Amino acid sequence: MPSLKDLSKKEELFSNGHRLCPGCGAPIIVRQVLLAVDTPVVICCSTGCLEVGTTIYPYTAWKVPWIHNAFENAASTISGVEAAYRSLKRQGKIDKEIRFIAFGGDGGTYDIGIQALSGALERGHRFLYICYDNEAYMNTGIQRSSASPRGASTTTSPAGKAIPEGKTEYRKDLTQIVAAHNIPYVAQASPGYYNDLMKKVQKALSANGPSFINILSPCPRGWRYPADQTIEIAKLAVLSGFWPLYEIENGKYRITYKPRKKKPLKDWLESQGRFRHLLKEENKKVVEELQKNIEEKEKKLLALAGENA
Amino acid sequence: METIKAMTGDEIAAETIRQINPDVMAAYPITPQTEIVQIFSEFVANGLVDTEMVRVESEHSAMSACVGAASAGARAMTATSANGLALMWEIVYIAASLRLPIVMPVVNRALSGPINIHCDHSDSMGARDSGWIQLYSENCQEIYDNLIQAVRIAEDKSVLLPVMVTFDGFIISHGTERVKILEDEQVRKFIGKYNPRYPLLDIDNPVTYGPLDLFDYYFEHKRQQVEAMKNALDVIKKIGGEYTQLSGRSYELIEEFGSPDADLVVIAAGSTAGTVKGAIEELKEEGINAKLLKIRAFRPFPQDEIKQSLRKVAVVAVMDRSASFGAVGGPIFLEVRSALLDEERRIPVVNYIYGLGGRNIGIEDIKKVFQDLIQIRKTGKVKNLVNYLGVRE
Repeated sequence: MPSLKDLSKKEELFSNGHRLCPGCGAPIIVRQVLLAVDTPVVICCSTGCLEVGTTIYPYTAWKVPWIHNAFENAASTISGVEAAYRSLKRQGKIDKEIRFIAFGGDGGTYDIGIQALSGALERGHRFLYICYDNEAYMNTGIQRSSASPRGASTTTSPAGKAIPEGKTEYRKDLTQIVAAHNIPYVAQASPGYYNDLMKKVQKALSANGPSFINILSPCPRGWRYPADQTIEIAKLAVLSGFWPLYEIENGKYRITYKPRKKKPLKDWLESQGRFRHLLKEENKKVVEELQKNIEEKEKKLLALAGENA
Repeated sequence: METIKAMTGDEIAAETIRQINPDVMAAYPITPQTEIVQIFSEFVANGLVDTEMVRVESEHSAMSACVGAASAGARAMTATSANGLALMWEIVYIAASLRLPIVMPVVNRALSGPINIHCDHSDSMGARDSGWIQLYSENCQEIYDNLIQAVRIAEDKSVLLPVMVTFDGFIISHGTERVKILEDEQVRKFIGKYNPRYPLLDIDNPVTYGPLDLFDYYFEHKRQQVEAMKNALDVIKKIGGEYTQLSGRSYELIEEFGSPDADLVVIAAGSTAGTVKGAIEELKEEGINAKLLKIRAFRPFPQDEIKQSLRKVAVVAVMDRSASFGAVGGPIFLEVRSALLDEERRIPVVNYIYGLGGRNIGIEDIKKVFQDLIQIRKTGKVKNLVNYLGVRE
């Protein structure tokens, strides 16, 4: 892994001047991903904040070939691009090595795009799918998705008098769903740990087949925290056990970062306005259940990684 | 040297795609298109094509993959029917808006519901405003000829629009006919090499496809799309002419059949044009002069050719194999009637909605339509502007 100093000298393929919110996790993730790339790439974005905020015609923030098709089909679109590449390469019409990366938000990946993703993974296209998971439909105004965690107050799962906890359902574990496709490389990452994230991107791109990285993407607007706290929040997600960093390389689980001192889940909940209502007395039981849920998931993950706690 | 073979519509469509040899084919099976995908898969399995075949998990992904492949710089194709076309709807519009020259056979089938697998034109007619060029094929030979020409039309620099080549489900897709087939080399020479202008895979010249296009530019882009479709009128004629040189078969925007001076006209698209031809031949023996105007290109709509063809006729019946719920009549009828509106002489135009969900239509039905036209010519009166042929009511 190159040093931070070396990375600062590397040409950025994603330019400044885009129109994403201050403190948005998505462009930080994109920069970390593109800094990890050494082979030419073609990028596909699903409809969402990242697409809308970086390519308002006639401008583009992308210095690499880029395509947006629709909301639910980044995976099938990039599979068409990759199929074209395979075909033209086989026919001797292209000789360069090119890699393919699709970016989708959690709405475009966990929900409306899961069929296209599952199909593309099963077909075995060589591409990296990155879900920048900000845990709700942020582009349309913070509506709940199946990635929204239990207890989050969103505009379609608001905490109210009848439903004081906000979203009542646990989030979908997409990383595990993707892992069930038995593709060469699956990982979870956080922009708070750029070294870990970039290593995972490099591993994913060197896999001879589909790869997937689920990256937690803090959203100051939707999660309601100050815009200068994004990296801190991204770290807290990992330190509190809410977002474990791990990888599954050819079926082998490995926890890639283990905090020396774990933080209580309460710290994570207190850091964001979307969870503020959970700190009220009436939601005490919910917080206890959330804590328990995280501990159970951690146990399972440790078992999968062969590190029985 | 051309060869003559007996083939079904789906078989000849698959054979034509083999000759076209697209870089990418992304497809999902649906009745009655299925055989196209099956037969083409055999070509791929036996190494007869250079095509990368993407067996997608839905039609939505089929069109999405075609958009990706065509943007990448590949010649991309798919094929579908009815509900499959409906599922890919969103991306059908995007393919046209991104100006990607994708070619897609559409095997016409009634749209659900209720679910039905047989022929009508509700699927492709519903897509008439999607920005795709639409060529309707009467028979197996026309599937072959239209698909080959479609590649050139789509990729013409003044057009750059996707093309759907339609043919009637089961009636043509599963009916065996004689087809004249050119040599592979002749076809490949005719369609030429594909030279995409802005391929995504040109990594040294990065381009952005599909950006957010707001009120300050969107309208201009739509205006250009309108103009491209207009340009397609001349391009379809030009390429039809070149194809005639190669094959000896003539292709225009419309086709006329019957006595040139006949003043009774039936307008039809698809396999029913053949049924109308049969009726006209029988009527001729009965001493009645009649004419068919076959719509080959419905998008772009060949208004000038239709006006020219109908200028001297007495009365016109338009056959629509789809209903446009709440509209005055079927889609072809509305366009034809509108085209004739500014003619100095008022020509009565009546509409026949027929054949929905595969309801059979025969020569006798068409002869009945001509008898209605004779009545209108005689009385000058239109009893029913829109008629439903062959339905119990």
